[in-house]
Amino acid sequence: MITEAIVLSAILFVIGTFGVLVRRNAIIMFLCIELQLNAVNVAFVAFSNLFGIDGQIFVFFVMTVAAAEAAVGLAIIISIFRHYESVDVGSFNLLKW
Amino acid sequence: MELDFSRGVHYWWALLPEIVLCIWGMGVLIVGVSKRHRQSGEDATGDPTLSGAADLGWLALFGVLGAAFANGWLYGVHEVGSGGMIAVDRFRLFANWILLGAAALTILISFAYVYRQRLQAGEFYGLILLATAGMMFMAAARDLIVIFLGLEVMSVGVYALTAFNRRDRKSAEAGLKYFLLGAFATGFLLYGIALVYGATGSTNVAAIGASVSAGTATPGLLAIGIAMLTIGFGFKVAAVPFHMWTPDVYEGAPAPVTAFMSSAVKAAAFVAFLRVIVVAFPEADDVWYPIVWWLAALTMVAANLMALVQSNVKRMLAYSSIAHAGYLLVAITASNTNAAAGLLFYLLVYTLMNTGAFAIVIGVAHQAEERLQVEDYAGFGWAQPLLGVSLTIFLLSLAGFPGTGGFMGKIYLLQGAADAEQWRLAVILVLATVASYWYYLRIAWFMWMKNPAKPDQHALVVAPLPMQLALIVSVALVLYTGLFPSAALDFARASVAGLGALVP
Repeated sequence: MITEAIVLSAILFVIGTFGVLVRRNAIIMFLCIELQLNAVNVAFVAFSNLFGIDGQIFVFFVMTVAAAEAAVGLAIIISIFRHYESVDVGSFNLLKW
Repeated sequence: MELDFSRGVHYWWALLPEIVLCIWGMGVLIVGVSKRHRQSGEDATGDPTLSGAADLGWLALFGVLGAAFANGWLYGVHEVGSGGMIAVDRFRLFANWILLGAAALTILISFAYVYRQRLQAGEFYGLILLATAGMMFMAAARDLIVIFLGLEVMSVGVYALTAFNRRDRKSAEAGLKYFLLGAFATGFLLYGIALVYGATGSTNVAAIGASVSAGTATPGLLAIGIAMLTIGFGFKVAAVPFHMWTPDVYEGAPAPVTAFMSSAVKAAAFVAFLRVIVVAFPEADDVWYPIVWWLAALTMVAANLMALVQSNVKRMLAYSSIAHAGYLLVAITASNTNAAAGLLFYLLVYTLMNTGAFAIVIGVAHQAEERLQVEDYAGFGWAQPLLGVSLTIFLLSLAGFPGTGGFMGKIYLLQGAADAEQWRLAVILVLATVASYWYYLRIAWFMWMKNPAKPDQHALVVAPLPMQLALIVSVALVLYTGLFPSAALDFARASVAGLGALVP
């Protein structure tokens, strides 16, 4: 059962990683990062089945931090939309990547 | 005083510097809100050191001072028993000095910038204090949960600081890039933590170390976990090939924030990285050693080569900051007593010389984001001799000339590498340093050997009193650590003594 959960979390993580690398829309990239964090949560819950409560507590911290990150991240995305009328990371190039 | 972490109340004492900074940071935010309408109009005097923004800056500085007192008080404290999530060792306290020093210098050099750019001073200084508290949590962490929380408190604060100048497109763009790649890196770090937890059954670094050396850890999970942790830290310290964000972000962010990012964020990430490596994974060096070795070698070579062709000074300093991360990674690969002490010493000196150099860049740029090309420094030395001499000292120290702290720092890193018989890395370090002379000295050459395009070009460069204070402190300490390094080095060596499984 734990193996399946870990495989699921690995698949989620890989999907998230590919999403960040392939997609160019800032909000989609951000959602893919959230997918990575949720893959981490699945892994923690699965492992805590073996090792006790620690992993599940960690999940709460990850969720809280993800919420804080979302608040700041969406504010930054709004600020960039005001300047460029777009959230496509390919469309602004004042600074070269 | 004795701290016993089985009693929860003692965590309050162990975390006193962080708590002081957090409360003070929130206080600065509140005072900033109540001052806002007063600060929106131009001040009658026009003097940046007398504005409402400056009051908040001094207030924030008092918070740093309070935290520094608390940090000094912690020297008289020792723990009994073990198993706490917070370290009360000399290593943490030395790291705290570096982080608090970086915060104080950043606040001092930002007074006129915040005033000129009309930034919201309450939020600016409040975020700096809160981000510094996050860094101190990282330095204190004995548990991967605490490292993660500290890292995020730091990162979220610094994302906001990077995008702080909302009238500036570049600042918003830098903020977005830093946020996306920083959060991406956090994903890797967290997955690494999850796998290490799965392999060893604990998130406490000492317990992980015990499990790894007892051989009870699941090897496959552990290897992937350590690799991902290393990638996550590699992003945070801006090691090649995870450095793509660094030049853009450092160029676009407000200049005082760039100074803060390149010194304090880097210091915090390195301190946490070193603790994880030497306490949790000394027995798993077959996994992390080749990764960190290649990161160090690639970082030193690639960053110095790319810095050679930069014409924007802020961008050049960004590549220089990546290169310095490479030198520091050499200390992580060596991970013996000399290397760890060298790492602390180098981080201290690097904070001083880097922040000092940025202070003058801010001055030359007229407290704004203009005049950042190398050509803008033509004749600067003769027009403003004191600032010119200070910048020359910082550049020589960054390059590693004898007589400056940067030289002694590199010597100690080399000594650590030699103790660990890292001959190839030591050779790369020396060659990279020689290559770096070119781009540091190019600025000095423009400053002293070229004539300015217009005769009164540098007349508007001002260094207000707080910035002068920061420059005096930085120059004095860079020269002191260069000429009389033994005091600082002995202090650093005493600080790493109880760290963990350091090879002597």
